[in-house]
Amino acid sequence: MRLGVKRLPDDGLLEVRDLKKYFPTKRKGVFVRAVDGVSFRLKRGEVLGLVGESGSGKSTTAYTILGVYEPTAGQILFKGQDISTGLARRPLALKKEIQIVFQDPGTSLNPSRTIGQILGVPLAVHRIGTRAERQQRIAELLRLVELPVDFMYKYPRAIGGGERQMVAIARALATNPSLVVLDEPTSALDVSVQAKIINMLMKLQRELHLTYLFISHDLSLMRNVATRVAVMYLGKICEEASTPELFANPLHPYTQMLLSSIPVVSKAEEATKPKRIRSTGEIPSPVDVPPGCGFHPRCPFRTEACSREEPAMREVEEGHFVRCHLLGAGVPGDGQIH
Amino acid sequence: MADSAKWRERLGRAWYKFSRNRLSVVGLVLVVGIILLALLAPVVVPYPEHAGAFVDYANANLPPSRTYLFGTDVFGRDIFSRTIFAFRGALIMAIGVLVTVVPLGSFLGLVAGYFKGTRLEAFIMRITDVFLALPPLILALAICAMLRPTLFNSMMAVCVSWWPWYTRLVYGMARSVRSEFYVLAAEVAGASKAHILFREILPNCMAPIFTKMALDVGWVILVGAGLSFVGLGEQPPTPALGTMVSDGAKYLPHLWWNSVFPAIAIMVMVLSFNLLGDGIRDMLAREEA
Amino acid sequence: MEDSTLVEIKNLTVWYRVYGGLLRVLDGVNLSVARGQKVGIVGETGCGKTTTVKAILRILPKNAVVPEGTIMFQGRNVLKMRGRELQELRGQGIAMVFQDPTAALNPVFTIGQQIMEVIKYARPGGKAKEWREMAVRALKEAALPDPERLMENYPFQLSGGMRQRVCIAMALATARTLLIADEPTTNLDVTIQDQVLRLVRRLVEEKGTSLILITHSLGVAREMTDLVYVMYAGTMVEVAQTDELFDNPLHPYTLGLLQSIPKLTGGGVTQGIAGRIPDYANPPPGCRFAPRCDQAMPICSERKPALFDAGGGHQVACWRFAAGGEAVA
Repeated sequence: MRLGVKRLPDDGLLEVRDLKKYFPTKRKGVFVRAVDGVSFRLKRGEVLGLVGESGSGKSTTAYTILGVYEPTAGQILFKGQDISTGLARRPLALKKEIQIVFQDPGTSLNPSRTIGQILGVPLAVHRIGTRAERQQRIAELLRLVELPVDFMYKYPRAIGGGERQMVAIARALATNPSLVVLDEPTSALDVSVQAKIINMLMKLQRELHLTYLFISHDLSLMRNVATRVAVMYLGKICEEASTPELFANPLHPYTQMLLSSIPVVSKAEEATKPKRIRSTGEIPSPVDVPPGCGFHPRCPFRTEACSREEPAMREVEEGHFVRCHLLGAGVPGDGQIH
Repeated sequence: MADSAKWRERLGRAWYKFSRNRLSVVGLVLVVGIILLALLAPVVVPYPEHAGAFVDYANANLPPSRTYLFGTDVFGRDIFSRTIFAFRGALIMAIGVLVTVVPLGSFLGLVAGYFKGTRLEAFIMRITDVFLALPPLILALAICAMLRPTLFNSMMAVCVSWWPWYTRLVYGMARSVRSEFYVLAAEVAGASKAHILFREILPNCMAPIFTKMALDVGWVILVGAGLSFVGLGEQPPTPALGTMVSDGAKYLPHLWWNSVFPAIAIMVMVLSFNLLGDGIRDMLAREEA
Repeated sequence: MEDSTLVEIKNLTVWYRVYGGLLRVLDGVNLSVARGQKVGIVGETGCGKTTTVKAILRILPKNAVVPEGTIMFQGRNVLKMRGRELQELRGQGIAMVFQDPTAALNPVFTIGQQIMEVIKYARPGGKAKEWREMAVRALKEAALPDPERLMENYPFQLSGGMRQRVCIAMALATARTLLIADEPTTNLDVTIQDQVLRLVRRLVEEKGTSLILITHSLGVAREMTDLVYVMYAGTMVEVAQTDELFDNPLHPYTLGLLQSIPKLTGGGVTQGIAGRIPDYANPPPGCRFAPRCDQAMPICSERKPALFDAGGGHQVACWRFAAGGEAVA
């Protein structure tokens, strides 16, 4: 089921323009090119799935938007305002607006503090209410994620993994943010628990009109939660489309390889997987990016041009962007994204 | 109701982990005994007046007997009474040193660990390294030699050589805790440095600090005894274990009880605190999943 | 049928002694693996999959007790084996691949040294040159590029996927009758998982080795196995041929699990399964899934259901199927 999204007149919330994040290595002049020219837009109320394998740069992209890293180049615009700096230089009010739910609730909740103390931190930092009002708000937050209110006296280790992640979600929502980054929020959990968390996230998104940047390696999950999906490979987005379009008509060979690799549980799903490609090779190190298209060493359809020239992002159909030489010829418009 | 049950549960679990090693229990019993003896010294000791400037040449140099459990020294003082009184100085030394050194060293380590990669870190840690390069006993000796020999001054000297161990320990912990996601979560929420240092990071460094403290009591006593052995601690006539060993050493081997019993007392103290420390370490260790 | 059975676990019960009592983890587990068969054990965190495997290899932690049950491997009871026999079991009979290849490989030895060590252990009589040849052959079989050079590499020089393939090569370097793979691809990316799974399947099929694949992923089990055991809270709740299980799942837990998985065909995400895994110190009497089951009947919380036959070798531990495949209302 796709979630209904309310379109507001001025619906742009976040825009990322040609974002780059390089990390220095021990060798001088050699960089880890974790994020290497990423652009996308996020509308209010949207759920954008940023999908990729480890080393694709999806998490670095998210953390740079969050301000954990300073961008090397490019721009991050939030509600039209340039926020391309690190956390230290961001105004406090902005930190209220952008929040995150981390991957593993086992490590994202301080084991020496009670749930109440943990939820109280963002409230105290942003001076929300009096002490008593904050206590009210903590109880409210727990109710919001359908946890018993007396959980505020418990320590994280005393509750289950799924419940911990609910607490992490409540913490992210404590300051009424407009953008929430979800960094693989269910990949450390069992599927039966994942289902509960995802349902809760989707319910909150609808009710509180939240916008999600959903980082994930799981395309099956994205099929069910995202309004749009961007597939990342080696620091770049290689394909981006609305969810139904991407899954019905995956165009980039890497997207096809990803889809074909997913183990599924029914014949109906089996039928949707691309058949003409099988997974080979491994993602290269972002220190040693191959010339031309980053995917060409693993691509069964590579041509001579692929190792020579980097393909540009093209809009092959309305709202469906692909970065691949194979799809370059004969496509009208040659429209580069943004 | 529920709270007291929970506490009983927690205490029960802690005791279970602590007592799985029988030696920890032995250590605990000995430590409690030592502390009680030191506190109640004037009451439990047969000749409390012997702990001062007391002379009884008629009963000098007597071997251990019913009346004088550990024998008497050259002034005719009961060595047992003096040994028990000497526990006081040893414990004051250990407590004084740790109460000073633990907060100070931990704070520096915490700051250095949190600000890793900065000049502040480099500054704190290089100074720490310099102090760590010098053996504590030698450094304390050198400092003591410059000051008037009193218990307080020897404590100061040990403090100077002891804080870097805590800085190192907490530094290592803080460095790793710093990169935990819950610290990042606090930063993303906009929490202050003080909050992150003292509320998020420090509580997660406490277990190793407590363990090291328990183990250190013994070592500080040993260093203190070392200082008083060369005459740089508590001054006569107040009894100090180290002084008693060194004074008695002159009369070895025939008046062996003069130094052997205080020496055994040092050994027992150090051993008891180390056994207790091991138990505390087991108790604070996170359960394996 | 009987002589083709390689592993036969009957009524295996494992408890862990902990502070305050016993954790009754495994509660009468039955499992059977035929020669050359690929068997999956599927279940979520804490369901006892790994405990089952540890029991087979006799590597249970010290606080474990096995009050009941037998584990027959090639006709001998593993639980009664001693010293020499156990060494043979682990060194020559059963090979193991773990979840984390980084922890499974020793960082200070080269890949070559480690594989040769395994081979040496399995056939003590040979020569160093033979061992080396076998090691290179094993790497080649695992489709690892440039095996000669790889022999000289250290684990840190390889990617996670490569390391896991080395572990698989190492496990199957000498002839084994059974390979146990415990979540071998959980830490790997999906495209690498696909490659590693294909490798495992090819190797066990070529060598006729039996496979026990422990996984939390029903999808992985479906692609890899002939027979699937679904495990919940220390009990086997459903057993069926793989195709049958996915076409016709019967146990409420299996159904809940299948519904929880987000599908590539869309359709949203269900509510999952309410509640959580029971406390092993105080497990529910009767069916351990009953407290979470939306179809529970009075009998479910009183008596433990046996594995009832639902036809065609499909077995379900659920009172609804007590009357030979027909649901008892």
